[in-house]
Formats: sequence, C-alpha cells, structure tokens
Amino acid sequence: MSYGLFLSTVDKKPMYLQIVEQITSKVLIGDWPADMPLPSIRELAADTQVSVITVKRAYLELERAGVIVTQQGKGSFVSARADLNQELKKQELEQQVDVAIELARQLQLSDDEFVQVVQQRLR
Amino acid sequence: MQQFAFEMQDVSIRYPHFTLDNLNLSLPKGQVMGLVGVNGAGKSTTIRILMGLIKPDSGQVKALGYDLPKQQVAAKYEIGFASDDMRLYKTQTLQWHMDFIRSIYPAFDTAYAADLLKRFDLLAEQKIKGLSHGQRVKACLLLVLARRPKLLVLDEPTTGLDPVAREEVISELADILLDDERSVLFSSHNTHDIEKLSDHIAFLDRGKLLTLQDKESYLESWGRFRCQVTMDNSAHVAGAVSIKRKGQIAEVITDQWTQDYATQLQAAGFHVLEQHRMSLEEIFVANVKRSR
Repeated sequence: MSYGLFLSTVDKKPMYLQIVEQITSKVLIGDWPADMPLPSIRELAADTQVSVITVKRAYLELERAGVIVTQQGKGSFVSARADLNQELKKQELEQQVDVAIELARQLQLSDDEFVQVVQQRLR
Repeated sequence: MQQFAFEMQDVSIRYPHFTLDNLNLSLPKGQVMGLVGVNGAGKSTTIRILMGLIKPDSGQVKALGYDLPKQQVAAKYEIGFASDDMRLYKTQTLQWHMDFIRSIYPAFDTAYAADLLKRFDLLAEQKIKGLSHGQRVKACLLLVLARRPKLLVLDEPTTGLDPVAREEVISELADILLDDERSVLFSSHNTHDIEKLSDHIAFLDRGKLLTLQDKESYLESWGRFRCQVTMDNSAHVAGAVSIKRKGQIAEVITDQWTQDYATQLQAAGFHVLEQHRMSLEEIFVANVKRSR
C-alpha cells in the first residue's frame, strides 16, 4: 500500500515539513476528502521509510493547522471543517509573507520600508 | 512489562588503547536508535557489550529485561544480531543456513524468509562462497530478519552495499516500524540512512557519548548562518559551535538554534545573509571537531 508521498532527502525542508505540505496539498486538491481516515503513524512511517517520530511530529503540526483531527484510540481523520480550504490558503499566504520578510531583512530594509514596498505593489 | 528494549547503565571498559567511559544508553521499546561515530569511536564495542559478547569492567546491561552477559542464552532467542564479521559456512548453501537457523530458532518464519529471498534477489541453492560481498551481507540480514526478533541489533548493516541493495535493506528495516513491539539499534557511518529511520540519535566519539537525543529536536537545534561582519569585529557569539571567517564573510554554526538566534547574531554585529538547517552528516563533522 502506498500513500503517494514523495519525500526527498536533498530537499532543504526537513522531512516532517515535507509530509505536512504534501498531505495538506492532498487535502486542498480534494484527493483526501473530509473525514477520510489517515494511515496510522507507523503505517506511514514504514511506507515512506522515515522514522516514527518524524511522522508523529508531522501529524501534530497538521493537527495544529486544523488539517486533520485525531481521536484518541481511533486515529486521525481529514478535518471536516467547512472553512478548511480558506484557512489553509490563509496560512499559505502568511508563509509567503514570511518569505518576503526574510528577503527584506537580507536587504536590510526597515519595517516601514518593507510596508512601503507592499503598498506599492497593492496599488 | 519492561519499558525499555535495552538499558546500559554506567558501562565502562578499559583496553590498552581504548576506553569506553561511563556509557548510559537506553532505547524505549518500539523505537529505532541510530548509533553514529567515526571508525574507532566505540560503536562496535558498545554493540558487543550489549549483545553480551564482551563483559564490561563495570556497569549494568539489560536487553529485553534480561541481564547481560549472565542471561545471554535466553536473551538471544529474542534478539537478532548481524555484523560485518559474521561468518557463514562457505561450502554450504543459503538454504542450508536457513534450515540450520530454523532448527535453533523455532520462531524462524519460513514464508517471510522466502519473501526476503525474492526481495533481496538471492538464490537459496547458491553456495556462500559464490556470493558477492553485498549478497553475503543481505544473506546475513535475511537469516536475522526472518526470525522477527523483538530487538534487532545491526552493526553497519549497509556498509559496502551498492545503492540498490541499500535501498532494499532500508525498506525491510522500515517495515519493522509497523510493529510497535519491535525495536532496532543500528550503527552506521552512513548518516543518511540513520537520519531517515531513527527516532533517536546516539553520537559516540573516542569512547564517550556526545549526544543522546530524539532525532527531530536534535536536527532542529543545529543551524548554519552565512553572515557579513566588519573586518574588526572579533566578537564571539553565545551558542556558536564554530565561527569561520574569510574577509567580511563569516560562517556561524550553532547547536542552540531558536527563532531568535538570527536576532542574537545581528545584535553581535553579524549581519545574517542566509540561514540553513544542517544534515546529520554536517552536524556529525561539526560535533566531532568541536569535542576534540
């Protein structure tokens, strides 16, 4: 059984984050519908050949982001929240902004200067 | 019911040119530990003590609840051990070895063994002397894996294997993750294999345990920064493992990475241009260099 996650060790992102992002995208595009049971942590670990602790961490992050819900003793499921899609896109926007901020810091822009750049783009 | 797959407490052993110093190492059941260290760091000695093959000068060793080396006979029914210097009978076939192991270990799973033969691309009727190094390593692993031991101890299981064979071995090890009763300890200087499969990382250097930590937080605590500094800035930054400079560019490595570390660097006059996380291999090198 394969769950269709494609992890890479040369990716700059840590393994757990790759799992978080790929599961999130499966949920976003609807391959993994609401209420679908997720593989158990050990199943996914064996399938992707990463350690149990890494998958556990990914599931915790997914739970925190509201992508999945975990029921004690029953396992994890894709969240059935109606606004999930909206929420995930909002999170993605925030991440993109963080990337932009990082670049601004590298350019030694002050916060005000950065806001100006954003305002210019908004016009 | 014991909570640990194995426990080594205050274990020391002294040889003329090597000392293993007060080692404390334990692995919770159902988890995987990767033992990392350069050649001669004490990995094999540690494993041999754990297997009851060497009696330490002092300290206590327990595996699956058995005292070692005292109860090693009972312990060995449930522990699977494979190492590089394991000898097979050259003039006998792999099938002969499988029958032999099955006669000793009733738990030997013939169906699983047949499955492994296929997946490892081995032939049961082939004599050991005709096998390549990689095939011999896989044959040893097959004999151990097919017993489905509760504790699997592997000394350098992937050394000398080509990438395809390594992938075959790693994928069998990954299958063990399905069972929360089975634990694995494996040593390797291939940090790549350890980085993927381990829940815990144990770092040995010159007979001392440098680190024993869960892999995720360990990898996360290290970071590398490329910074711009003024020529006359010779400040030291708290938490820096190494600082290398060339002209105005400095590379800072830390093992105390947090969200704020970049801000700390800025405050010390290090203008951060880039930051990266580090692979276990890079951490390995930085850690060994620092400890010496």
